Amino acid sequence: MTKLVEISGLNIRFTGERTVYAVNDLSLSLGDGEVLGLLGESGSGKSVTLRALMRLLPKKRTQISGTVNVMGRDVLAMNDEQLSSFRGQTVSMIFQEPALALDPVYTIGAQIAESVVRHEGKSFAEGRARALEMLEVVRIPSAKRRLDAYPHEMSGGMRQRAMIALALACRPKILLADEPTTALDATVQIQILLLLRELQREFGMSVIFVTHDIGVAIEICDRVAVMYAGQIVEQGTLRDIVRTPVHPYAKGLLASTIHGAKRGQRLETIPGTPPSLGERPHSCSFAPRCAVAQPRCLEQLPANVEVGPGRAARCVLAEPVTALS
Amino acid sequence: MSETNASVAMLEPVEDRGGVAQPLLQVNGLTKHFPVRGGLFAAKRTVRAVDHVSFTVAKGETVGIVGESGCGKSTTARLLMHLMPRDTGDIIYDGMSVGQSLSLRELRRGMQMVFQDSYASLNPRLTIEESIAFGPKVHGMADGAARALARELLGKVGLVPANFANRYPHEISGGQRQRVNIARALALSPRLVILDEAVSALDKSVEAQVLNLLADLKREFGLTYLFISHDLNVVRYISDRVLVMYLGEVVELGPVDQVWDQPAHPYTRALLAAMPSSDPDRRTETPPITGDPPNPIDPPSGCRFHTRCPFAEPLCANATPKLTALDRMGHEAACYMAIPGSGHSRAPKEETV
Repeated sequence: MTKLVEISGLNIRFTGERTVYAVNDLSLSLGDGEVLGLLGESGSGKSVTLRALMRLLPKKRTQISGTVNVMGRDVLAMNDEQLSSFRGQTVSMIFQEPALALDPVYTIGAQIAESVVRHEGKSFAEGRARALEMLEVVRIPSAKRRLDAYPHEMSGGMRQRAMIALALACRPKILLADEPTTALDATVQIQILLLLRELQREFGMSVIFVTHDIGVAIEICDRVAVMYAGQIVEQGTLRDIVRTPVHPYAKGLLASTIHGAKRGQRLETIPGTPPSLGERPHSCSFAPRCAVAQPRCLEQLPANVEVGPGRAARCVLAEPVTALS
Repeated sequence: MSETNASVAMLEPVEDRGGVAQPLLQVNGLTKHFPVRGGLFAAKRTVRAVDHVSFTVAKGETVGIVGESGCGKSTTARLLMHLMPRDTGDIIYDGMSVGQSLSLRELRRGMQMVFQDSYASLNPRLTIEESIAFGPKVHGMADGAARALARELLGKVGLVPANFANRYPHEISGGQRQRVNIARALALSPRLVILDEAVSALDKSVEAQVLNLLADLKREFGLTYLFISHDLNVVRYISDRVLVMYLGEVVELGPVDQVWDQPAHPYTRALLAAMPSSDPDRRTETPPITGDPPNPIDPPSGCRFHTRCPFAEPLCANATPKLTALDRMGHEAACYMAIPGSGHSRAPKEETV
């Protein structure tokens, strides 16, 4: 499988009144036609990683080091002009809150058309035709009428569909999805997830899907990277991670989901709270909350151990694969 | 800090007057409509936020309310707390109706609420200790005693008083703030606590901690919970009985296992089927229903679900089905398909007795 995205040794630090080490030594890759889930709790750095891929972080207050390669191009070295053609055409993004991501003073049709005119140099009429086509693709009922609707005239689920239409209007190779179903009702969430799954297959896109909800990840991802305190603590195929997690944090996260827990039975929890990201981690960030922590966990950063084909965990207890003779 | 410090006095809870058989809370025909101003010549429209909602909560029970946004769960909670006036309906607390045999002041001591937004519901200018002590002081407790109580309660919710009492809400994490809100609700020794999406904004691992805490506190203080959430897994875990609401109406209610295992209303079935799968090999293939919940402004006539229901027949649009008992366990549903002899083609035959 060719790699569309290769991130290695990515560090992101926000400076200002206090320094936040949001992402530390993160490496991941995304294959062609693959759906990768970034799973983690709030503050674990999943959205920041996603934004770095499109260089959406505020320039002045962000220090980024490492390499981010998308389809062989170095994203961190792009100038503004290159970035604006890169965004939308190669990579595009959908957000949690479509009401905030869409422009309230333009109609849906005009916003989609503008993006097509801008990126593909087509006329506005052609852009509008594409907009209509896209609204039909995301199955907005009476699409023709909805072209002239403003975002506030639509319901939450409809707005999310419109945002997906906008993001896919220029047929990007890679779609970044930042918790696109979190703000939706349960019956609408499943509709949007199924739509995204179908469009991914139809368009042959690769997707990075950020979520905190394991159920959502199960519905859509092929591979999952579990994040904690700005690092990927475990990655592997969805099945492996869900069935046999290796890292104690991944284990705890899966055990603490309430799915199927019996009433009256105590829920398994991870004690304590995530660390503040005020300094660069020198040892395992999870050690203070870990039930199986050892003295050596506090001495140095655990290495990223390959525990199986395409599967790695950052834990001293992880057993590396021994080469079979 | 699990042992009760003998020197810390709690407020006396509102006396149990009705005895065990008397439900702690009886709600009959609760209704709240909000008028919406249309244009100059537009017809006046109304949001039917809560429409003829009736249920009871027994002493020591946990009742869950589930539904999507706009279904009236939070409005119901606010009406129960008397945070807004109701249009019609009775709210009877332990056999006493508010305003007659029970003053609003007493009711607020007997019933407390925890909100979803842990930050917005704390006064940013008060320390955590002051916030918790505020209620008891209003109800006549001396300052010193109220502060001692606040520290005691902080210990009960798993926060070390010495570390947290003098901090401000912005200095602690979301999970810790929600613990403070729970401690504050308990400061008036309530018998009923309404939890309105109280764990929804928390991360999964923290959510599990808070749910365990709620279970412990319920046992220790003999509490009754009304637990409102959109998360079906959480509601199933914590509730004894559950109410399913859709556009301001209760469409199904009953013991949680009955409702989950044999959902009678098509909306309940859709809601359950919409939960993401937990098995990578058995993903959801088709969405259980299409479309968004309709706007609660001027909701559909008859059964409000008929516009999205795959089994809708003409009679569904004409008149609203009433909640009808399905068994003797208290499982009820408001659907013509569950009412014998209703005229719906899928309805059971009327039993001749």
